[in-house]
Amino acid sequence: MVVFEQEIVVGNLCGLHGRPSVKLVETARCFRADIKLVRDDVEVDCKYILDVMSLACPKGTKVKIKACGEDAEAAIAALSELVRDNFGEE
Amino acid sequence: MSSRESISIFGVSASPGIVIGPVLFLGRRRFRRPDHRCLDVSEVGVEVERFQGVVDRVEEQLREIRQQFISSLDGYASIIDSHLLMLRDRMLYDRTIAIIEQEKKDAEWALDIALNEAREIFSQIDDPYLRERVHDVEQVAERVFRLLAGRTEDKFAAIDKKVIIAARDFAPEDILRMRNDQVLGFFTEKGGETSHTAIVARTLGIPAVVGAEEAVRQVVDGETVVLDGISGRIILSPSREQLDQYYEHQRQYRQYSEQVALYAHLSPETPDGLKVRVEANIEMVEEAIQAISYGAGGIGLFRSEYHYLGRSKLPDEGLLFEVYRNILTAISPFAVTIRTLDIGGDKLPAGDKGGEANPALGLRAIRLSLRDPLMFKTQLRALLRASVYGNLRIMFPMIASMGEVLAVKGYLAEVMAELAGQKIPFNEQVPIGIMIEVPGAVSIADVLAKEVDFFSIGTNDLIQYALAIDRGNENVAHMYEPFHPAVLRMIRQVVEAGHEAGIEVGMCGEMAGDMSCLPVLLGLGLDQLSMNSMAIPYVKRMIRHSIAEEAEQLAASIFRCASSREVYDLLGEYLPRHYPDEFGPGGIRTLRKSGGLRTVADNKQGMDRARIL
Repeated sequence: MVVFEQEIVVGNLCGLHGRPSVKLVETARCFRADIKLVRDDVEVDCKYILDVMSLACPKGTKVKIKACGEDAEAAIAALSELVRDNFGEE
Repeated sequence: MSSRESISIFGVSASPGIVIGPVLFLGRRRFRRPDHRCLDVSEVGVEVERFQGVVDRVEEQLREIRQQFISSLDGYASIIDSHLLMLRDRMLYDRTIAIIEQEKKDAEWALDIALNEAREIFSQIDDPYLRERVHDVEQVAERVFRLLAGRTEDKFAAIDKKVIIAARDFAPEDILRMRNDQVLGFFTEKGGETSHTAIVARTLGIPAVVGAEEAVRQVVDGETVVLDGISGRIILSPSREQLDQYYEHQRQYRQYSEQVALYAHLSPETPDGLKVRVEANIEMVEEAIQAISYGAGGIGLFRSEYHYLGRSKLPDEGLLFEVYRNILTAISPFAVTIRTLDIGGDKLPAGDKGGEANPALGLRAIRLSLRDPLMFKTQLRALLRASVYGNLRIMFPMIASMGEVLAVKGYLAEVMAELAGQKIPFNEQVPIGIMIEVPGAVSIADVLAKEVDFFSIGTNDLIQYALAIDRGNENVAHMYEPFHPAVLRMIRQVVEAGHEAGIEVGMCGEMAGDMSCLPVLLGLGLDQLSMNSMAIPYVKRMIRHSIAEEAEQLAASIFRCASSREVYDLLGEYLPRHYPDEFGPGGIRTLRKSGGLRTVADNKQGMDRARIL
């Protein structure tokens, strides 16, 4: 199965705290693909909030979203858009 | 009542009102079982099911709470969303089940292990803000612990009589639940006057005292306590005399505050036609609506520090613009006076953490802004861009010299030219003012007045600098005297200099909201008083019950006093005579000779001092 990847910088003010993490996880859960969030060499499951929050991504952190599965490409697009849009924060 | 001696403890007044009743301590962490329980193989399945059942109920509970959020608090709705996800997160949920099955131990013990593992992971996070999210995980686990221990899902639903609640801290949703329950009031160990807990309490009108650590520690369930949300006082096991006194106090306060609230929206004008603008000091946009409902005629001081503190980076222009635009539109058409950054450099993310030997006399407020033009101009740009969305006034803190005023105006002109070049709209006529809080500025107030549109006297710092008193230093705190003749003369000098130049002179220090000071300030001719919202209805009522001419005479006679003691003596006679409801026998205020005056506005001091020192 092809793995799709996208690098992106967390741009919202407080980084991946509660609210953005909720959005990220809820969006990820809309897809069947296996989705990982990678920071440096740490990889966590994007469908679990404590995974996402404990990855500790303050503003300016470069992360990679990796998805594998039938709807992986769409998942990457949706998640990258969410991050790029600063989770709708401003 | 109990046999032990009565204990009187002061916390921070968070929401006004007086209540008397039995206290109930709603503690956290008392549900945790100290030991584990070993299970038979046959019991493991049942234990897992028990855990799952409890989690199901917690989930229902959270969903129910989420639905109750009123729109103005929907920031909390997303907190609940994150709690819902955490509840089912594999780190807590799956992990707990796995531990129960592997170790054959009870659910409490297993969840405790899982929680500690999560704590361990979070403790390694560098970013302090993200690291502290572990408290959310703990809150979620706490709910599960509580139900596992067989406690009722809803601690407030279990309350079957009217009680005063004591707790370490509340989650905001806890306070929302109190509304429908028999909660007379509450006090907590943690929190300050601007904590969300305090703001929600005020919104709901539940008398509350926060930051009363000692009171919470010493509380005995079921004992009668007196909670005085006006002065921030808690009395544990009050004496018969104290109870009688407070029942009477409560009755008078109720009567008086009904009347005060009813008339909060009347104009702050004396019967003989002297008008004073009464405005609010606030720090967060959420407080603005509250301020207006208390009868504020505008925001006389919007502290802009919040968005600079506790972050890893300085706020960007976009964020500041949003905040300023929100406050301006929320309050429009009333004026909002936004003060530029007023903190010491050591508090900034990029600041010097080495510290200064004497920070009160160091690089702070406007000095810091002028030292870091990029940061300063970012704030000015955000302010000017927001200026078209309402009635903005910009105020600069801690001005000590003409050079600083000119430098500030230079940057302002520079930013205006940039914005004009980029065709970004702004109000070219935005009024600019300075805080008068350094004695040197008082001396040259006449020349400074020619350069600005308004003055606002910051009495907290002015008194501190004029009398060389650090109010946080208990050896000298008693010498911090708002009624020191030197202070009064300085105020007079500033008012006269401002009026001579035809500009408005206001006051935004604690003294402005102090009911004992009000007649003197009226007599001195201040145009605007800006204070803690809670003090507004009271101050407005006093203004409506004042006679301008009498206040002027009072001010004149005050200036014949050689010491603050003489001023107190004079006021001790004047206030009860002119304001019997406030200062008469059994009135809601008393004039205290030692340690200064205490009013509803008094509690801001802790925060201001923290900022100053």
